[in-house]
Parts: sequence; C-alpha cells; structure tokens
Amino acid sequence: MAKKELLKVEGLKQYFPIKGGFLGRTVNHVKALDGISFTVYEGETVSIVGESGCGKSTTGRAILRLEEPTEGSVTFQGTDLTKISTREMRKFRKDLQIIFQDPYASINPRQTVASLLNEAMHIQNVLPANERRARIEELLETVGLRPYQADRYPHEFSGGQRQRIGIARALSVDPKLIICDEAVSALDVSIQAQVLNLLEELQDEYGLTYLFISHDLGVVRHISDRIIVMYLGKIVEIADKTSLFENPQHPYTKALLSAIPVPDPDAVKNRIVLKGDVPSPIDPPAGCRFHTRCPFATDKCRTEEPLLRTTSAMKGEHEAACHYIEEIAAGTMIEK
Amino acid sequence: MSTQTEKSPVIGKKSSPRSEAFKTFMKRLLKNKAAVIGGLVILFIILVGIIGPFLSKTDPNAQDILNKLQPPSKDHWFGTDNFGRDIFTRIVFGTKLTLKVGFLSVLIGGVVGIVLGIVSGYYGGIIDTLIMRVMDVLLAFPGILLALAIVSVLGGSLTNVIIAVGIFSVPAFARIVRGSTLQVKKLEYIDAVRALGASDGRIIFKHILPNIMSPIIVQATMRIATAILTASGLAFLGLGAQPPEPEWGAMLSDGRAYMHNASHMVMFPGMMIVIVVLAFNIFGDGLRDALDPKMKQ
Repeated sequence: MAKKELLKVEGLKQYFPIKGGFLGRTVNHVKALDGISFTVYEGETVSIVGESGCGKSTTGRAILRLEEPTEGSVTFQGTDLTKISTREMRKFRKDLQIIFQDPYASINPRQTVASLLNEAMHIQNVLPANERRARIEELLETVGLRPYQADRYPHEFSGGQRQRIGIARALSVDPKLIICDEAVSALDVSIQAQVLNLLEELQDEYGLTYLFISHDLGVVRHISDRIIVMYLGKIVEIADKTSLFENPQHPYTKALLSAIPVPDPDAVKNRIVLKGDVPSPIDPPAGCRFHTRCPFATDKCRTEEPLLRTTSAMKGEHEAACHYIEEIAAGTMIEK
Repeated sequence: MSTQTEKSPVIGKKSSPRSEAFKTFMKRLLKNKAAVIGGLVILFIILVGIIGPFLSKTDPNAQDILNKLQPPSKDHWFGTDNFGRDIFTRIVFGTKLTLKVGFLSVLIGGVVGIVLGIVSGYYGGIIDTLIMRVMDVLLAFPGILLALAIVSVLGGSLTNVIIAVGIFSVPAFARIVRGSTLQVKKLEYIDAVRALGASDGRIIFKHILPNIMSPIIVQATMRIATAILTASGLAFLGLGAQPPEPEWGAMLSDGRAYMHNASHMVMFPGMMIVIVVLAFNIFGDGLRDALDPKMKQ
C-alpha cells in the first residue's frame, strides 16, 4: 500500500511564557512541546496518548495554529502552515478540523444547530446559500440526528448528541484531517462506543484522516492504526497499534499499558507502578525526561537525551526513545 | 424510526435559550421588591420626561416677578423660584434633560468602553497593556474632577457635559468588558469558530459580545445614576446646562441663595436627583442579582 503523506510535523516546539515581575517580563517558559516530529498518512488514524500535561492537546492546537507554535514546521500537503499568513491560513482551515472534548463548552449556546452549521459553511464558502439547508439536514442524518432537530438550541440536546453536532460542524466544510481532542472522554462508555463507531463509519465514507488525542488506552486501541506515546512534551515511542500493544519497548509505554484495567477479577496483573509525579514542564529534567521515574535510569540517562531509534526487535516503523532498549529486553538492566 | 422521522413533529413551544433565560430572569427580578419599585420609578420618570412637557400648559421659563418665591400651593405645586417661575413645570421639563444626559453619556461611554474592552481582552499583549494603562490613568481621577477638567477644556454646555461624563464612564465599561471577554475567549466554541477560519470581527461581534451582555446591562444601569449625579454636580458648579435651562443641578444652585426663606427651591430639585439616582442604583442592583447565574433562587 503506497502511503501518501498528509501531515508532517517537524521539530514542533510550543513554549508558553510565564510573565512575572514588576514590568510583566517573561521570567520563564512552560515547555509544553519540546521538539516533536511525526508524520500522518492519508486515510489513517494516528493516536497521541499520554498523561495529563504531556502536550497531547497542545500538539493538536499547535497544528491548527490555535496557539502559534514557537518553533518547528507543520507541513500539510506540501505547505508549511507555520509560515503562511493568518489570512492564508483561514483557507487551509477548511481541510483541518477539530472536535473538542467538552460537548457543553464547544457549542455557542445562543446558536441553533442550523445556524451553527450554516455559519461554518458560510465562513468557508462551501455551498451557495440556497443549497445549505438541504446539506445541513443531510449532515444531521449523517451523524445520526434527525433533520427536524436542525432548529433546536444546544441546551435541548444530550452530551452525546452535542458531540454529534460538533462532528457535523467539523464535517460541514469537507475536511481532510480531523483532530479529535479527547473527543469521547467526556461521554458515557456506551455513548463513547456509538461516537467511535460513527467516527469510523465517517472515515470509511469520506476517506478522512484522524489525529486522535486521548488518554484512554482502551479507546485508542479500538480506533488507531498507529500510536504516538508522549511524555512531558516529547515523543517516547511511536509504532503501529499491534506492535505497541504487544511489543512495547520504552519503559514508560510499558508502565502505561500495564495500567489498563483488565475485566477479569482473577487475572494476575503485573502492574508497573511509577513513583512520583510528572516533573514540571517549566524545568524539565536533563537527559531523558523520564529518568526521574524510570526504574532503569542510569547516569547516562540523566545527562544524555535519547533519540527515537529502531532496534532489530522492532517491526515496521516502530521507534522508541531510550538508551537501553536492548538491555531492558534482554533483562540485563537492574531495576532500582 | 422510518415513517416518523421524515415529518417534523408539531412543536408547541419555541424555546430559544434567550426566551428561556429571559423567563427565569424576570422571575428572579420580580421577586426583588426593591428592584421592582426602582424599575417602576424609572418607568414613571421616563414617561414624565417624554410626555410631561406636552401636558404642561406653562412655559418653564415664564417669569412672574409678582409671585416670586411662593411656597407650594394649589396653583404652584412645588412653589415658585426667585423669578416667579413654576418649579413643578421646570422639574418636569428638567426630567428630559436629566434623562438625556444620563442615557446619552452612558451610550457614548458604553460604546467606546465596550470596543476598547473587547479589543483589549481579545488581542491581549501590548495593545491590552496600552489600553488598560490609559484606563487606569482615567480611573485615578475622581469622576467629577475628570468631568470638570474636560468641561473646562471643551466649554460649558449640555453637549459637552454629555461628552465629559461619557468619557469618564469609559474605563468602567472597558474593565468589565475586558474581564468578561477574557472569560468567554477561553471557551471551546470560540476555538471551534476560529478553527473554521472565522475572522476576528465575526468572533468578537457574533460569538463574544452576545455572551457578555449581562454585565454590560448591569453596568449601564448603574452608570446612568452616576452620570446623572455628575451632570447635576457640574450644573451646580455652573459648568453644565446654562441658565435658563431647567436643569435640576442648576436649579439647586439657583436656590442656594434663598435656602433660608424659600427652602422649597432647593428641596424639590434635590429630592428629584436623589429619587432618580436611587431608583437607577436599586434597579441596577436587582438586575445584577437576577442576571448572576451563581445566585441561588
């Protein structure tokens, strides 16, 4: 299968300034993203997983320039989105859409569904005004709502229905890539499944590409083709779904996977419990960012930053950022 | 699921969030007795201001020297002043002036303040710092002093008083609007329309402004009271409406010399200022309580 590059993120950095002092000078930075690179191919679903504050959502927002990235490039179909003007960027927004986490906060309470979708089409000039109504009703049916609900206000819908409205809004401009920022995290498990299935159906129908941001590994396992694991603003491991779940290489990924609950009370769990908290992104640890919590950390980890690399034990485009992948796999590393 | 979906069911109620919110708002407002009274007084004053001058048969500036400084009587309900002018008629005609100053100056201050506040809150950065520091400078002056300075520069007339009072209302609006804008700006639906490629103007006017109207309405109501008080103060000092205009503050000033033997000359205009200012303040308080979603019913 020839894979076509849709989105290529290179060395993306997002530093948020911390203002302080008498004149409101920048005293420090929150290094939310510290140089991440990855590629998304057309038609696939790439997930980004990690703990709170690891930079998952920031990645999505930086790609869309909802927050201007500090450094790096985001190439979408050959155009570097970080280099073009705000005006030009508006045209590209048609191709890149986002679905948000909170279905209650992501819709203006004063707009009916029809006016919300109409506005989206009006901004991007998708259809002539007289054809939009029919398209709105079609969109509502596509996302599993009824056409007669078009003139209702958001408060008349449930959370799951609102999330469908959010999906309809993203779809209304015929995007190529949709960033799902924790799109199902706020929903009940049964509704989550419905919305995930809807997303999959839409992907098949419209050939959509998803960048799926989530902390829920169960959801990620269900929907992804490839998975990116992030820790404190860096990518620690990137692999296709099967490789990552069956053959995780980075100690952090292993710990993360061991935390997935098993629906069997008698199952023996080899839970890897990490000590301590995620360090502050204002002053991240030198060397490998995970060394403060890694059971295998050595002096090398404390000083030298590991790069993403592939070893003979990995298949395909599997990469992990650890100095001791081979040693850990061979069992020659001593756990603290 | 197949046959019924096509037809829209008969929907009896049309419940937009606006009409829904308005209903709860009215319910809360009507529970507040003081606010209701304040609102009725305002309504009455507005009616007097609009239709009063048409009902009055007397000219507010008609002098009747023989009947000067008369105490209240059947012919002259509020008595007459030092030129024999009927104080009641003058107060009725003055109502219009007072309301004009109150509403127009708040309109000027509101529009300018809202624009500055939204720009400040939405764009942030240097623009924000610049605008807010200028507002701080304006706020550092006591209101009447600032208005006094502006009127001294522009010259004393009713129009200039409106402009001056308007300018000194700007920072209050700018601050409140900036705060609310910062709050609404962070909501996801603003990001959603930005991700759709909406222009800043569309985001500001269509998505931010309608959602920050409550604090603006409350602020405007309270500001009208302050504006009326300031305008009266300026007129009292001789810098506002020029004689013989029947401005309440000016009437108060005229009556000062006759306070001992004709106290009705200061009592009635003074009373009117107090009543109107109080009504707007109480009503504003009631509005704030009714519009605040955090207040328990």
